[in-house]
Amino acid sequence: MRHRWRDRLLTTLLWLSIAVLLAALGWLLADLVWRGWPGLSWSFLLDAPRDAGRAGGIGSILVATGLILLVALGTALPLGLGSAIWLNEYTRAGSRAGRWTRLSLDILAGVPSIVFGLFGYAFFGLFLGLGYSILSGGLTLACMILPILIRTIEQGLAAQGDDWRQAGAALGMSRASLLWQVLLPVSAPAIATGTLLGMGRASAETAALLFTSGYVDRMPEALSDSGRALSVHIYDLAMNVSGGDAAAYSAALVLIVLIVFINGLTLGASQVWMRKRVSYGYY
Amino acid sequence: MFRLVTKDRALGSALMLIAVLVGSILLLVVGFLARESWPALNEGPGAFFSASGWYPMEGRFGLLPMLWASLLITAGAIALAAPLGLMNAIALRFFLPPGLAAGYRALLALLAGIPSVVIGLWGLVSLVPLIALWQPPGAGLLTATLVLALMILPTVALTSSSALHAVPSDWLRGSAALGLSRWGTITGVALPAARQGIIGGMLLAMARAVGETLVVLMVAGNVVQMPSGLFDPVRTLTANIALEMAYAMDLHRSALFVSGLLLVALVTILALIAGRLGQGQVHAA
Repeated sequence: MRHRWRDRLLTTLLWLSIAVLLAALGWLLADLVWRGWPGLSWSFLLDAPRDAGRAGGIGSILVATGLILLVALGTALPLGLGSAIWLNEYTRAGSRAGRWTRLSLDILAGVPSIVFGLFGYAFFGLFLGLGYSILSGGLTLACMILPILIRTIEQGLAAQGDDWRQAGAALGMSRASLLWQVLLPVSAPAIATGTLLGMGRASAETAALLFTSGYVDRMPEALSDSGRALSVHIYDLAMNVSGGDAAAYSAALVLIVLIVFINGLTLGASQVWMRKRVSYGYY
Repeated sequence: MFRLVTKDRALGSALMLIAVLVGSILLLVVGFLARESWPALNEGPGAFFSASGWYPMEGRFGLLPMLWASLLITAGAIALAAPLGLMNAIALRFFLPPGLAAGYRALLALLAGIPSVVIGLWGLVSLVPLIALWQPPGAGLLTATLVLALMILPTVALTSSSALHAVPSDWLRGSAALGLSRWGTITGVALPAARQGIIGGMLLAMARAVGETLVVLMVAGNVVQMPSGLFDPVRTLTANIALEMAYAMDLHRSALFVSGLLLVALVTILALIAGRLGQGQVHAA
């Protein structure tokens, strides 16, 4: 009898928890659409910001955001791919070098983004002399997304059974061509998933960009120019520009749509990856 | 044949070089933070914890009020998010039918992916005025705690749910066969078996909360003071860096890097405890 009451109470609490979460999420999304939608138009997406962003659009900001992402992924992808291949294909399981590299990446994954901002400012901005620039911001983000990129690609490579490798060795293939011809193509969905995860994280980032890519909202002409990312634009409009709320909401809606789109692609890529794993019959 | 072997060796060395480079980014980060912190640390590290408050113009750099604000907001956020997240995870595993559970999981992933600046914007424009009706000025400890709890909620729910999924279903069936009710199985078998993974996920959520900047910057009020009430405006370590880095010079700037080092130390301790619990999931995707 006692247990029946406990069970009923817990079940009520459980549905209440779901209701709280759905209500909060619903409020957040409805608020975004309700306040952000009226300001959206083609000219908002294409025009340059005017009057500190209260009027005009986010054209130059979208260009700067794209360039920052391009620098970040262009740097992180080759480095991440190389490290993941080395960790999974060239180190023995449990070797010291592999363990230390993984531990270092795990700790790096937890470093707060504002600390990456401090580091990027001191290292890329001052030490390497890049100043406030798209290059500084992109490289800082590259450091930030490397751990998740490497982890995902490594899992993708590890999920390919050893049969491929043994068959390759039996055929006298070099490890380089085995990688190039077999392992990388079958791991392509995992590589895509990792890249998209990194992209999602990079486009959501604000704190790491405040003192690396900076606030300048003009159209960037070179990678050495300062460029304002979309997230930084939202922050600046909300906190430092009185009367900037409406434009901030429209920009936030654009950012959310972008991220939902990236998330959808990630989900699709990871489903292809799972299906591939199943259809080869290893699991 | 010989040519191939040399090629493989060269590739192996090149890849190792890349991995060593990537593995040393952490050292580079900590090294540069330490280098920039050095002038302030040289003045005597005790000053950061004994000085009465943060008055950079007078050369007093007491971090305690901001450290307290960071810790209180984090503790409050996890205290709210832990039971809510756990209940949602239990619902995903035991109550929702599979199709609905997949949809709900996707919804949680969507919430997890919302940028913190957007959550902060919502908190600033929608929640702060609402709380200000009741307790002006609205931005403060409680508001920051609520918004941050919402932010880490999906992380807690998703990590707990994957820990619950890792419990062998034989155990659950066995417990049902012994006549335990659904909740009896959950509290008696599933939760104890998944305990390590659940706690690990919560520690990671705490690490995220300590390091979160934009949300607290936008809704915590940003007044440097020891919090004495739920509605007091406060400033966290992270928000302080974001606010003052743009104009800080010399020792002041160096003191901001010291607070960066302190943050790294805090999250590393949390990550190491989480790792100790035998949970490799540092990346909650």
